[in-house]
Amino acid sequence: MMARFALVPSILLCAIGFYGAMLWTVVISFTSSTITPRYEFAGLAQYVRLFTMDRWHVAYTNMFVFGALYIACSLIFGVLLAIALDQSIRGRNLLQTIFLYPIALSFIVTGLAWQWLLNPTTGLQNYVRGLGFESFAFDWLSSPDRAVYTLVIAGVWHAAGLVMAIMYAGLGSVDGEIWRAGRVDGIPRTTMYRRIILPMLKPVIIVCVVLLSMDVIKSYELVVAMTGGGPGYSTDLPAKFVVDNLFTRTNIGLASAAATLMLASIIVLLLLFGWLQKERVAR
Amino acid sequence: MTMLQTAIPSAVPRRARKHRPAAAIGRLGLYGFLVLAALFFAIPLIIMVSTSLKTVEEIRTGSIFMLPQALDFSAWAKAWSSACIGRQCEGIRGGLWNSILIMVPSTALSVLISALNGYALSLWRIRHAGLLLSALMVGAFIPYQVMIYPLVRMSSTIGIYGSIPAVVLVHVLFGLPILTLIFRNFYSALPEELIKAARVDGAGFFRIFFRIVLPMSTNVIIVALILSVTGVWNDYLLSLIFAGRENLPMTVELASLVSTRIGVPEYNVNMAATIITALPPLLLYLFSGRYFVRGITAGAVKG
Repeated sequence: MMARFALVPSILLCAIGFYGAMLWTVVISFTSSTITPRYEFAGLAQYVRLFTMDRWHVAYTNMFVFGALYIACSLIFGVLLAIALDQSIRGRNLLQTIFLYPIALSFIVTGLAWQWLLNPTTGLQNYVRGLGFESFAFDWLSSPDRAVYTLVIAGVWHAAGLVMAIMYAGLGSVDGEIWRAGRVDGIPRTTMYRRIILPMLKPVIIVCVVLLSMDVIKSYELVVAMTGGGPGYSTDLPAKFVVDNLFTRTNIGLASAAATLMLASIIVLLLLFGWLQKERVAR
Repeated sequence: MTMLQTAIPSAVPRRARKHRPAAAIGRLGLYGFLVLAALFFAIPLIIMVSTSLKTVEEIRTGSIFMLPQALDFSAWAKAWSSACIGRQCEGIRGGLWNSILIMVPSTALSVLISALNGYALSLWRIRHAGLLLSALMVGAFIPYQVMIYPLVRMSSTIGIYGSIPAVVLVHVLFGLPILTLIFRNFYSALPEELIKAARVDGAGFFRIFFRIVLPMSTNVIIVALILSVTGVWNDYLLSLIFAGRENLPMTVELASLVSTRIGVPEYNVNMAATIITALPPLLLYLFSGRYFVRGITAGAVKG
């Protein structure tokens, strides 16, 4: 009795704060609201407007480009680090501490650090040119086509350690018998990892992918700190598009339509992961 | 739900391996990879620190990899107390106090409420406990942007928008899913007999919680506190929107400091401000390693 009662505040808070707010956003997206919410039904007008905007297309595409690269690179790099650390390495604790510390920093700090490092006039490019390679160019940060990749570099720097930590724990949980059996059969270590150990750790890998995808969908601060969405709006992301339209451009209806599309994307993603999990249980 | 519970005990002793001479080149490549990776991770921090100790003149004429000629802490002093943020030139020290004012109630409340939730959901037979938890976890996956505008309206309706209570409430809300999950997983491992025995002795729900369960929870509370403190400290968006102009925390102040352009850009001051802001969570990470890792990976335990 008392136990149910104790949960009531949290349930109310989440019902209103999460579900109520989500529903409200969806409702606003079907109205003609601009500066303040106006509850005149406008059908899909906001969505139609959204899809005519080049900025939205760039932002939405960027989410997939950034997301795919960020997840793939963090995963590969993190797994390699975990495997490398798994080889009875000297100084492992120190290395782990170095690999993982970026996760303690905010995306704002991460973005500022990498902006400084990749800034063509003061950073890496300037340094290499100073070494005598006058024609060396690494100006991705100021190139509309390439700036989104700088976000990937900074993102991977931030997240690869997390994958490493989770995967390293996963590797540690593998039964020693399996390794012994592999040695008896004379299977090379690399083959063991590729064909046996990593497939065994698929659930752990899925966990990493879920965590990384959450970052992608929420990634807002990295863009704000690193590129401000620029040059132009070439590194815009849906999250930033929504915030800008809510608070500086006061297009509440348009922003809500964009937010609703973000929500829809998440639901698809969650269903996909749910399905993957079920597949795993079924087998 | 079980995947990381089995994966997490990382202190499992590693298998001892024999090294054959033929593998020596392989080992060399291995260490080479690790050292390069360590450089990749370390360089941004090293460069931030070294830039913050240079003079503006040194930055302009030298390269970023050059170490400072003399340790000059004036950029730190300026970032702390006299750098301009918009029109106010008082540095980011005001943000520190605001960060603390936001962080303390946010973390205390979210950890206490989440512990209570986790306890109720795992040790008491509650109908639909699994469903409730899943419904709660959905909140961890939805981007803030989907909920933020209605939350602004709601908080202004109850008259707290643009104040510390508003940002605390929002932090508690968004912290609940993961923290509740951490406590639930911890309490699920406690024996049910514990509760049964206490109930036979006539202890009620809250008495058992405060007298028996909470004193056993030191480790998990530390994990949850670290996760919560880091999350709240590093937050930008929620504070920017809900805290109000007078109460902006350090992370937000840092972002505005860096984007404030008056005269020659002072990269050394920017970098000093960045390090000052990053220092609290960084120290927390360095001094609590094991707990920190457990916290961030606990977020992974999703069914």
